[in-house]
Amino acid sequence: MTADLDRIWRDEWGRLLALLVGQFRRLDLAEDALADAFEAATRTWPRDGIPANPAAWLLTAARRRAIDRIRAEAVAARKEPLLVVDARIQEEAQRAMADAGDSPAALADERLRLVFLCAHPALASEAAAALTLRLVLGVSTADLARLFLVAEPTMAARLTRARKKLALAGVPFALPTPERLAERIDVVATVAYLAFTAGYAPGSGPDVVRAELAGEAIRLTRLLRQLLQGYAAQPPTAGTLLDALLALMLLQHSRRDARVDAAGLVVLLPEQDRARWHHNEIAEALDLLGRLTDGSVTLDARATEFLLQALIAAEHARAASAAATDWPRIATLYAALERLAPSPAVRLARAVAVAEAEGAEAGLSLLEGLAAGLPRSHRLPAIRAELLMRAGRNDEARAAYDLAISLCANDAERAHLAARRAVLA
Amino acid sequence: MKYFVLIAHSPTGWHEMTADEQADAMRQHGDFHRAVGSGMLAGEALADPEAATTLRHKDGQPTLTDGPFAETAEIIGGFYLIDAPDLDTLTDWCRLLPKGYSLEIRPCIDVSVPA
Repeated sequence: MTADLDRIWRDEWGRLLALLVGQFRRLDLAEDALADAFEAATRTWPRDGIPANPAAWLLTAARRRAIDRIRAEAVAARKEPLLVVDARIQEEAQRAMADAGDSPAALADERLRLVFLCAHPALASEAAAALTLRLVLGVSTADLARLFLVAEPTMAARLTRARKKLALAGVPFALPTPERLAERIDVVATVAYLAFTAGYAPGSGPDVVRAELAGEAIRLTRLLRQLLQGYAAQPPTAGTLLDALLALMLLQHSRRDARVDAAGLVVLLPEQDRARWHHNEIAEALDLLGRLTDGSVTLDARATEFLLQALIAAEHARAASAAATDWPRIATLYAALERLAPSPAVRLARAVAVAEAEGAEAGLSLLEGLAAGLPRSHRLPAIRAELLMRAGRNDEARAAYDLAISLCANDAERAHLAARRAVLA
Repeated sequence: MKYFVLIAHSPTGWHEMTADEQADAMRQHGDFHRAVGSGMLAGEALADPEAATTLRHKDGQPTLTDGPFAETAEIIGGFYLIDAPDLDTLTDWCRLLPKGYSLEIRPCIDVSVPA
């Protein structure tokens, strides 16, 4: 029963919430009513059995709760001039009666509205990412706290602030105008990718991968693609942007099971057991990339950035073994990425690829002057140390490892660095 | 919804513009006014901060000081009070204003003041 309810929550939460927000135009009311309906289901379904149409049951229950609350609020608002209250009750009641016409097309529009409401540029990206996963996909506050590495009360407060901001600032529950659609899809893509990378950001505790939660960002991207398909105003670049983003996330996500060993330690790419990669996800991503690179589509800068990153991940995914990796091609792709979107992080990754393709010294020369851009990162000294060791510059390598170990906050990664340094001693 | 739009710009912005640039800026304000239409409740350009006087109470005593209440890198140059259906509509309108501005958009709230 719990498993059934969890599955129904996962499948139906966002859809039902979108319908309720569409009907009542109030996020707080809709969310509370739907949470109440699910709560009622956990009490009554084990006794009475799962209804034939669980979603319809939940929607009816939630609508009843919402209308009850509107009535209660109207009573509480007696201090308001009578006419105002009357007019408001009438208006809300009419909305409640007018069934939003739950046709598939209307429903897709309501869900898109919900996505654009939560992933709104008036919210900070992190808050928007958390709120979107919460409201569109029904991810729990506890899971969001885990994903974004904050305490649960902190996450709850962040979500409350975000909801309040949307209501106070007058953010509409509406589809963007056609002129704004492309930039708004861009914002959703940013929010989805932020949520995804949060799942792979090393924490300060022993928890290395919150991969399952990162997968929720993939679900969001799939949902957005699906909702936009058949949406007349969809700008031509939206499809390619989301395809490139989805390919990138699938490729990175496909390695999740091989990224940690039984003891919870990080397993770096060359040592990963490639049989444990999710090859169905890799195949799906390669198929997407094939269509993005066959010359039939045009990509904007943002989509190209995702595409280049995905093509790099695809080179790793395609290689039968670490030794078979096409490093010269990866180095070329990183150079293109750096031209398009220069950053210390991209330079660092490019240096690693160049070191593999042309030797450690070539990689080291690309690291020159990077320390200013990455002052507190343990990654830069860790990579320098590795390359110095390969170049036979052992004294410098030891010093670099010591620096990396002192900067690293993650238990598993620090253990890995200490083990590498021990090889030199 | 009623929104207050605070216009901030660099202290030298307006004075360093050429006559053509100033005319452009005025045209953009004109476009903005036309787009907002009847939603325009109020709007004023303000004299430079040198002309500002700040009133505060110190130990219960009102004191006047010369200058604005906050020293900032940008100065407040004017404001609009606008009735807009929602934030997206308002920001669409605000995009018509000169690009050198920073615009702080704040919703107004209802506070009843005793008669």
